[in-house]
Amino acid sequence: MPLTQIDVILDARGLACPMPIVKTAQLMKTMTAGQTLEVISTDAGSVKDFAAWTRTTGNLLLESSSDAATYHFVLRKA
Amino acid sequence: MDEPLNLILFSGTDDKLQAAAVLSAGAAALGRPVNVFLQYWALDAFRADRIDRSHGLAPEAGDEGRRQVDALTAAGQQSWAETFRQAKDVGSVDVQACSLSMDLLGIGFADLDPLVDGVEGVTAFHLNAGNGPLVFI
Repeated sequence: MPLTQIDVILDARGLACPMPIVKTAQLMKTMTAGQTLEVISTDAGSVKDFAAWTRTTGNLLLESSSDAATYHFVLRKA
Repeated sequence: MDEPLNLILFSGTDDKLQAAAVLSAGAAALGRPVNVFLQYWALDAFRADRIDRSHGLAPEAGDEGRRQVDALTAAGQQSWAETFRQAKDVGSVDVQACSLSMDLLGIGFADLDPLVDGVEGVTAFHLNAGNGPLVFI
């Protein structure tokens, strides 16, 4: 359960690389600084992808977790 | 990540074009500019009247590869053309047709899908590539 308030949710379940990141990048462009985005993904590669993407773009990865085969990420737009 | 990712696409099979599209989309999502140079059979695949048709798979795919690719498509993976469109939407991806290959195929710019931004020669491509890597697919 996320600890922070979520402004936008992206259900990326069933989407394969690179779509979870691509859709996240598209959504983040429409968001304002400080807003949070939760992404739900079933792509195993997305764990490292989201860490790398936030590191490179300067956005914050607040949470990265998984249960069964589903991955949850909470990002904050910088 | 400031130097562009430069992809020279030579092969025109669906698997290699999808791989190129995914690499482009990933770079674009990271804010890295991508330059794509279409040569030979990759350029042919971008013809407006052929882009949505099947372009086969590389020989090493074999029958099992065909089954695996079809399974991924059935699970909802989009075409490489659509992946390129998404890449352009999320970041800076410039797609240029090699003028020499245009002559080879006997086609004009109007014959190409709107994904193609222009026609250029190898010199312009090298200059725009800067110090970024040159990747040949």
